[in-house]
Amino acid sequence: MSASVIINRLLECSWLNIEIFFVTLLLGLPLGLIIAFGSMSKFAPLRAFTQTVVWIIRGTPLMLQVIIVYYGPGLMFGMKLMPRMDAALLAFVINYACYFSEIFRGGIQSMPVGQREAGEVLGMTKRQIFFKVTLLQVIKRIVPPMGNEFITLVKDTSLARIIANKEIIMMAQEYAASNGLIWPLFSTAVFFLIASGLLTLLLNYAEKKLSYFN
Amino acid sequence: MPILEVNNIGKSFGETRVLENISFTLEEGEVLSIIGSSGSGKTTLLRCLNFLEIPDQGSIYVRGNKLFCSEDPITRSEEEIRRKRLHFGLVFQNFNLFPQYTALENVTLARKLMAKAEKTGETEQAIIEEGKQLLIKMGLEDRMENYPHQLSGGQQQRVAIARALAMKPDILCFDEPTSALDPELTGAVLKVIKDLADQKTTMIIVTHEIDFARDVSSRVIFMDRGVVAQEGTPQYVFDEAPIPRLAEFLGQVKR
Ligand SMILES: Nc1ncnc2c1ncn2[C@@H]1O[C@H](COP(=O)(O)OP(=O)(O)O)[C@@H](O)[C@H]1O
Ligand SMILES: [Mg+2]
Repeated sequence: MSASVIINRLLECSWLNIEIFFVTLLLGLPLGLIIAFGSMSKFAPLRAFTQTVVWIIRGTPLMLQVIIVYYGPGLMFGMKLMPRMDAALLAFVINYACYFSEIFRGGIQSMPVGQREAGEVLGMTKRQIFFKVTLLQVIKRIVPPMGNEFITLVKDTSLARIIANKEIIMMAQEYAASNGLIWPLFSTAVFFLIASGLLTLLLNYAEKKLSYFN
Repeated sequence: MPILEVNNIGKSFGETRVLENISFTLEEGEVLSIIGSSGSGKTTLLRCLNFLEIPDQGSIYVRGNKLFCSEDPITRSEEEIRRKRLHFGLVFQNFNLFPQYTALENVTLARKLMAKAEKTGETEQAIIEEGKQLLIKMGLEDRMENYPHQLSGGQQQRVAIARALAMKPDILCFDEPTSALDPELTGAVLKVIKDLADQKTTMIIVTHEIDFARDVSSRVIFMDRGVVAQEGTPQYVFDEAPIPRLAEFLGQVKR
């Protein structure tokens, strides 16, 4: 088997990692913001519920959550198995939304109350204050911790293999096991290094863009 | 008719009684200074007027309209409070400018949002023009495009004053506007407040600058432990009838 065939095959499989990465961000970030508001709610039962969910999700392995999302509905309620990739995406979105929510919450709670009050005395609505005053300041504060999560997510995408989603490392491992080749495994490392390298550049750029204010 | 009438305002935080039976009136164009030692309730009073705190007791009238009455639950709704607080402006001790906006944007942001939300028909251009005029009045014509962190404390506070004025409040409140500033920067801020007084802006100023209060105010209130302990013209309060607690306080601030 020629090297270029193997590389092409690995790249094909890497689309799965890439898809998990982007879907998790696209759905997990807004969901995380909603969860953050839940965990800061003035309504104590909602707050307690949200915080418990976040504790459970953050306190258990993502790998376990992926397995449970895939097999759970069938074994517990006799439902049909959902597509493997959907199960992985669902687990990733929920898991990362919980991590994101804690970062959002930290960012929002670290805002000085004076900013909100300044908006209030100018007759701004709660909504206007959030979107026009608070949000950008929160984003500035959370870029570094979010960056760490994004980089962790890049690497975590390979956990989808636990329910037989053929992602890049799983494919490379097959070449190791059946063809006795080690270099495909090393080349997946290059894939992850490039991905996290690009992310780091992007995050540095975002930090720089937001450095025009304090 | 007085522009502001405050009746029997009371406020507690938990068990602590912070304001007790605060009453006063203010005529249009008057400047009221509030003095008193730290912890006497001055900030809380301003915050009650701006509805950042809701008083437990009392009522507030502006131009004869009831803005707040503790007996009357309607006046506590969020949307109503938002409209009512526009009668007042508040300049904070530590400015609270929005860091991500330029000086000019700080001044115009709320007006722009309001024009958009309520379709007042005001053009953005007109609002910006007005904002520029205000900053020019504050002596900041060459600072309009600067971000707050690029400005000195005194400049930031003047932006904050322009920002409050942009909403055209009936009554502009200041909470120790110069006490976060280096001494050499207080002069410019006090001067713009003095100019506003000369132009008959109705203001309530909490301050430790006794000479300034004497110069600028029509009336002075001395607060002590949550009550109005003395009230009158500056001459009366400072010279003719300084009650012992006030004399003691004046001795401390002058040092
Ligand atoms: N949010 C609050 N919760 C509890 N106590 C408060 C709060 N705000 C002010 N106080 C108390 O109320 C009293 C008056 O405070 P304040 O109005 O800030 O006084 P001043 O501005 O005259 O220094 C102080 O004893 C202060 O500790
Ligand atoms: Mg105070």
